Amino acid sequence: MDLSSINPILLVASIMVSATPILLAAIGEMVVEKSGVLNLGVEGMMITGAVVGFAVAVNSTSPALGFVAAAAAAALLSLAFGLLTQFLLSNQVATGLGLTLVGLGLSSLIGKPYEGIKSPTLPKLDIPVLSDIPVLGRMLFSHDLMVYFSLALVVAVWAFLKHTRAGLILRAVGESHDSAHALGYKVVIIRLMAILFGGACAGLGGAYLSLVRVPQWTEGMTAGAGWIALAIVVFASWRPGRVAIGAYLFGGVTVLQLNLQAAGAAVPVALLSASPYLVTILVLVIISARGAHAAPASLGRPFHASS
Amino acid sequence: MHRRTLLSTAALALTLGFGSAAAAQDVTAGFIYVGPVGDGGWTYEHNKARLAVEEQFGDKVKTIYQESVPEGADAERAITQMALSGADIIFTTSFGYMDPTIAVAEKFPNVKFEHATGYKRAENVGTYSARFYEGRAIQGHIAGSMTKTNKIGYIASYPIPEVIRGINSAYIHAKKVNPDVEFSIIWAYTWFDPAKEADAARALIENGADVILQHTDSTAPHAAAAEAGDVITFGQASDMADYAPYPRVSSIIDNWAPYYIDRVQAVMDGTWTSDDTWDGIGPGMVGIGEITDAVPEEVKAEALDLKAAISSGDYHPFTGPLNKADGSVWLAEGEVADDGTLLGMDFYVEGIDAEIPQ
Repeated sequence: MDLSSINPILLVASIMVSATPILLAAIGEMVVEKSGVLNLGVEGMMITGAVVGFAVAVNSTSPALGFVAAAAAAALLSLAFGLLTQFLLSNQVATGLGLTLVGLGLSSLIGKPYEGIKSPTLPKLDIPVLSDIPVLGRMLFSHDLMVYFSLALVVAVWAFLKHTRAGLILRAVGESHDSAHALGYKVVIIRLMAILFGGACAGLGGAYLSLVRVPQWTEGMTAGAGWIALAIVVFASWRPGRVAIGAYLFGGVTVLQLNLQAAGAAVPVALLSASPYLVTILVLVIISARGAHAAPASLGRPFHASS
Repeated sequence: MHRRTLLSTAALALTLGFGSAAAAQDVTAGFIYVGPVGDGGWTYEHNKARLAVEEQFGDKVKTIYQESVPEGADAERAITQMALSGADIIFTTSFGYMDPTIAVAEKFPNVKFEHATGYKRAENVGTYSARFYEGRAIQGHIAGSMTKTNKIGYIASYPIPEVIRGINSAYIHAKKVNPDVEFSIIWAYTWFDPAKEADAARALIENGADVILQHTDSTAPHAAAAEAGDVITFGQASDMADYAPYPRVSSIIDNWAPYYIDRVQAVMDGTWTSDDTWDGIGPGMVGIGEITDAVPEEVKAEALDLKAAISSGDYHPFTGPLNKADGSVWLAEGEVADDGTLLGMDFYVEGIDAEIPQ
């Protein structure tokens, strides 16, 4: 066993890259759930974002355009979910699962011509001064733009929910849609906007997979990342900061266990792989024991103005 | 029509991809896949063979398949559903379908089952596999000759005999040409997860490996290697020629088509019996993809000689003297491994400094 072959600088850099897709998807889903809607279609929206982002980036040779298209495509898909659940009052769980199936099927259809093609990837930023700091520069300040964008988004979502009037209204809708409605807020429109935001974020996360982390298109390539994002929202008890911690924990453990194996450390692989899930259960137990489960009170409940 | 019936019919049509829609076929052949047909590797090749069956028999055969079926309990449901929908022969194409296949086969004595890479058989369950380790020997030879850091990374899937055989075969032949070679092995615990496979490849490269061998099904490790530069890879299960000539320098190609055609024909003729098939390079079940110009001329020539020797049966990749990792003698000078030991292989050969996860 020779742990010295693990380079901590490269390790942290890899963790940041591997955490970014689930962080993007999770922060979007958190906003959706804060508004009282449970969208289980994250996986489907992510993979749609992955394929559309890849296709557009290849055709336009611009990864930035790929990300924009990915966000738009996934938001469009989430709009279908929004219309079904908010206007036609369909069951959110079933519709969300349906969205995942549609996304997986649609993406493999769109993706057929793009198998095995190489894509333009995002350049790594070279931030003056910061990137030149020894150790830290390579570790934290030499990533592509999306890594920083995802972190900035977490801060922005936190500030929005905590410090703005609009954020307060969104939370009010999620806690009690009847009260919010009585106060004159447009519950359905607000939820629809949250759903669109969640879709766009999932799309960005998917595109990050196909354009930066892997980078290529393969059918079914999200392989469950959307479900992990959903788990992280619960793990984070609907708080933006904890979403970031959760995503980095997941990314960290994944990359760390691979690195430990590569270095020949005799660690029980299965246990390490399961550890993020064990931590999630532990956090849930602690939250329940304290009696304050943080889920928005109206989460998953359908709303109609007549009720 | 009741709404529920309509829905379930629609759901069935969604889950099962139907092949040719012509009526009155003689035989319906079903395929259960572990990954998506577009994985570019293992499942892609099985599906290619399915299409070859359709091509061969035309209207006389109907093929159905279901992709991305998880190994384990859910597989039993999927196989049962396929048997109920009228399949005459069902190919279950991953190791983890072994027990579910046997369980379903008991309930459908008139349906024939063919399970890939397993070892449990029954009256109506046959098994088949390819001697991938023959291809691994050639990969090991090229890898050992070409590595500059003397560190070879290996992305393994699950600790089952087939995967362990591949690691041993590659190691023995890399060691033969390069006594200083070391293997770093990562167990990914998945057959298909591009993001994880890419991460694994990156972890290996960051730990100094400049050759990546993989026993997982996607092309993601190639993409990661191409990005890192100065790292070579090998196609797994399929040619993965999109990444040739560099980083992908050669590949193992599974060719299931002749076997599938043969078995479907046997069902048509009523001559099908349960048996065990294990073919290698010689009969053509294992193919070696083009060795690209990135490989030095003499290494390429040696690799082709090795291929010819294995193909003709003159050379067996597991020929003594070989010791097990614990130092005990496995094969004496000139002794050749028997198939029983190979099929149940649960040990590394001497020199691999690692533990097989339990």
